[in-house]
Amino acid sequence: MSGPLSPLDRPNSYIGRTVPRPNLERLVEGRGTYVSDMTLPRMGHVVFVRSPYAHARIVDIDTGAAKQGEGVIAVVTGAELVEQCSPWVGVLSHLKGLKSAPQHAMAVDRACWQGEAVCAVVANSRAQAEDAAELVQVQYQELEPVTDMRTALEPHIPVIHAELGDNLAFERSLDAGEVDKAFSEADAVAEAEFVFGRHTGVTLEARAVLADWNPGERRLTVYQGTQAPHMMQNIFAKHLALEEAQVRVVCKDVGGSFGIKVHVYADEMATAALSKRLKRPVKFVADRIESFVTDIHARDHICKGRIAVKQDGTITAFAIDDLTGIGPYSMYPRTSAIEANQVVNLVGGPYQARNYRARARVVFQNKNVMCQYRAVGHPIACSVTEGLVDLAARAIGMDPLEIRSRNLIKDDAYPTDSPSGLKFESLSHHASLAKLKQMMDYDGLRAEQKRLRRQGIYRGIGLASFIEVTNPSAAFYGVGGARISSQDGVSVRMDATGAIIVQTSLTEQGQGSEALTAQVVASALGVTLDKVRVILGDTDNTPYGGGTWASRGAGIGGEAAWQAGKALRMNILEVAGTILQTVPDMLDIDQGVVVDKGTTRERIGLDEVARIAYFRPDTLPADFQAELLATRHYVPRQYPFAFTNGIQASWLEVDTETGFITLLNHWCVEDCGTIINPQLVDEQIRGGVVQGLGAALFEHCRYDERGQLTNGTMADYLVPMASEMPDIEVGHVVSPTLESELGAKGAGEAGTAGAAACVANAVNDALEPFDVTITEIPLTPSLILNALGRRGG
Amino acid sequence: MGKHVITLMVNGESHRLEIEPRAHLADVLRDELALTGTHIGCEHGVCGACTIRVDGAITRACLLLAVQAEGAVIETIEGLSDSGEIGDLQDAFRHRNALQCGYCTPAMLITAQDLLLHNPNPDRATIRDHISGNYCRCTGYQAIVDAVETVAKARQTAGERA
Repeated sequence: MSGPLSPLDRPNSYIGRTVPRPNLERLVEGRGTYVSDMTLPRMGHVVFVRSPYAHARIVDIDTGAAKQGEGVIAVVTGAELVEQCSPWVGVLSHLKGLKSAPQHAMAVDRACWQGEAVCAVVANSRAQAEDAAELVQVQYQELEPVTDMRTALEPHIPVIHAELGDNLAFERSLDAGEVDKAFSEADAVAEAEFVFGRHTGVTLEARAVLADWNPGERRLTVYQGTQAPHMMQNIFAKHLALEEAQVRVVCKDVGGSFGIKVHVYADEMATAALSKRLKRPVKFVADRIESFVTDIHARDHICKGRIAVKQDGTITAFAIDDLTGIGPYSMYPRTSAIEANQVVNLVGGPYQARNYRARARVVFQNKNVMCQYRAVGHPIACSVTEGLVDLAARAIGMDPLEIRSRNLIKDDAYPTDSPSGLKFESLSHHASLAKLKQMMDYDGLRAEQKRLRRQGIYRGIGLASFIEVTNPSAAFYGVGGARISSQDGVSVRMDATGAIIVQTSLTEQGQGSEALTAQVVASALGVTLDKVRVILGDTDNTPYGGGTWASRGAGIGGEAAWQAGKALRMNILEVAGTILQTVPDMLDIDQGVVVDKGTTRERIGLDEVARIAYFRPDTLPADFQAELLATRHYVPRQYPFAFTNGIQASWLEVDTETGFITLLNHWCVEDCGTIINPQLVDEQIRGGVVQGLGAALFEHCRYDERGQLTNGTMADYLVPMASEMPDIEVGHVVSPTLESELGAKGAGEAGTAGAAACVANAVNDALEPFDVTITEIPLTPSLILNALGRRGG
Repeated sequence: MGKHVITLMVNGESHRLEIEPRAHLADVLRDELALTGTHIGCEHGVCGACTIRVDGAITRACLLLAVQAEGAVIETIEGLSDSGEIGDLQDAFRHRNALQCGYCTPAMLITAQDLLLHNPNPDRATIRDHISGNYCRCTGYQAIVDAVETVAKARQTAGERA
């Protein structure tokens, strides 16, 4: 047999094995180091004075009294901080027409959302800074806020940034196939307006940053809970007038991220700028109230959808018109147009229909900024698509599972593409559907549903097929001019005792980046996991790379780790071959010992190889130099994205008297290619599903007509808690990507992508006897009672 | 602001502290005693991340002023880890991957231990109910429920053997 061994063929491979993540002892014992936990000598705490208005001119800021406050180090206004920090504009060149206005670290002359920082108070303690912040007198002139995205483009509505001409940030249209013909020839057409509430990430550790400008070194070290340290290094350098080499970003433990912590936040930039201005460390930790008005929000779409279907169940066309409001600025540097763009890309994605028309419009408004949050665009696209498919099924009297079975792209059709131009390497919709049907006992549940209905108990089954964008190449951001790396790098070295040290550009926020890196490297080398230590989250001490977002860790960083591990194995075997006077090809490494290849016959331990290489190189030939360090980088090139697929199902009960929904069971079958650690994949799915369930049932940033967030506390903004959540059964189909040797695709978005869609479908299925269709989330009890016409006293 | 001198008994150690009367116990544990395993998530008593044990009862440290805790027996994740009292729960969490980012975990463990001390044989619904004041954004809770259930059964078995 020739060709390289696959990862699965390595002796004692850890690929596909559930093993505990390294470093969890630290976290279960409360010995982690989150940014919130850190202190540095001479550290100041910054507290921001924030605009109470959604839109207001800043007439005057009187800082006199605040500066006299106990323990106060400095009081700095937005206008003053311009000296230290230049503004930015959140656009990308490949999103044609996308426009935004310059955004400053703090508002300079105008606040554009409730919660935008206008003045900073730095003091020796957080409490002192909060006390002094109350003494800052800001005189505002309130301006008319733009809050309703439905009217934001109308001529009588004020333009938020006059220089932009209108409130339209971005628009994209697509027309593929013969849409009008498909609709005119359809046996049935269904349409609906889908409404998605704004919600947010609610990471349990709020955003936190500790910036330390050391004038003696002329270096800025930023300890930050971020998913993308190298991106932040570039941004801090660019806007604080430094060279990148002068900036070090360190990311230790992060208390949840989910896309919330991959963006450039004005107050975090202000914190770094204040450190530079004050020549000492400055720390900012958002409190929960600040988090609600400043952490990016997401979704907030109104999407009109239509579907054309033949009587035999063939879906012939999809059409959508999507509208979303993104706040007053497009976020930097990833922009706030990506979600709408993804909606256009993804609608109809699992299905064979070739006729597709879409329009998406992204408008400015005076609310908190919106940007990419877990499963960007997927929940919108999936809810619209799957909601329409159910409506089509109902229109022709077909079972929802049957219509999917007739229209999902066939498993033998790959490679193929979508009407929106997505390239699919290998998906498994039908295998996933078959597996789901068996796992959930679909026919049995249908029978139970029928039986219970006779007793006045209304249960519903909802299905949602989905596709998921993972392993993004440079097509995501790099081509648009953003310095956001799509490649990752991994260095692997053997130390003088034969232990392995790995440095990766991935970051860890709990997904298991360290675990997958250690498992892949241990497998590639042939060592046991306890010999592998992973270092990440430090721009000074890791190769350059993207970090952990968009389900890229296993597929991109994992492949770089595999290649680096293989390269170091070859280097080690060259040393061993020289010592043993044999050719490296005759050797392999198994459990930390060099063996004769294909056998377990031990020749020399890695500790002995290391001892000779590092301490007795004099015993090796004069022309031989041991290299016990190898670095490899990887980025996908064939496919812009490695699409994955899957299907979810919900089984729930609706109480038609109270409007309450009880989730009874939830299933997800997904295909993320090669699975490195089954337990970690399952838990990514479960965590993702519950985030989607939160959006489906509870989570909603409720604004009033003046742009005031009315539920910005955890008592008012509901999140999923343990007692309301069901157990979630997870199944897998495995279609590895052939682009990499490891074959791994991502799994981080899958759960969130489809959860709300299948819950909404299940609710409508439960309420079928009432002839009710609800296409809005969150599905609150009052929404359901309204739909049932039972809104009363 | 005037300061008060109080004595706190934390994890078996006595600490004489000069603190502001407005300081809540979570801040004092973290800032004065560097017990950073007690986390802060909302500071309005909803998320449960600051859960500690005060005189044997689980308590939200953000809702208790430090001056109110004078004379009480305070136990935090650091003390419960060092004593080994929750070693089996910590091990089960690790093996079941019942934590991702780990920020809710110290409080979740203390809450779970509280359940098992009062109800050694809880069913899954009871476990879910008892931890329903502790917010976890990462796991979706199922792995946590599994881990607690596993430890409950293991302790039962060990108890029967003893």
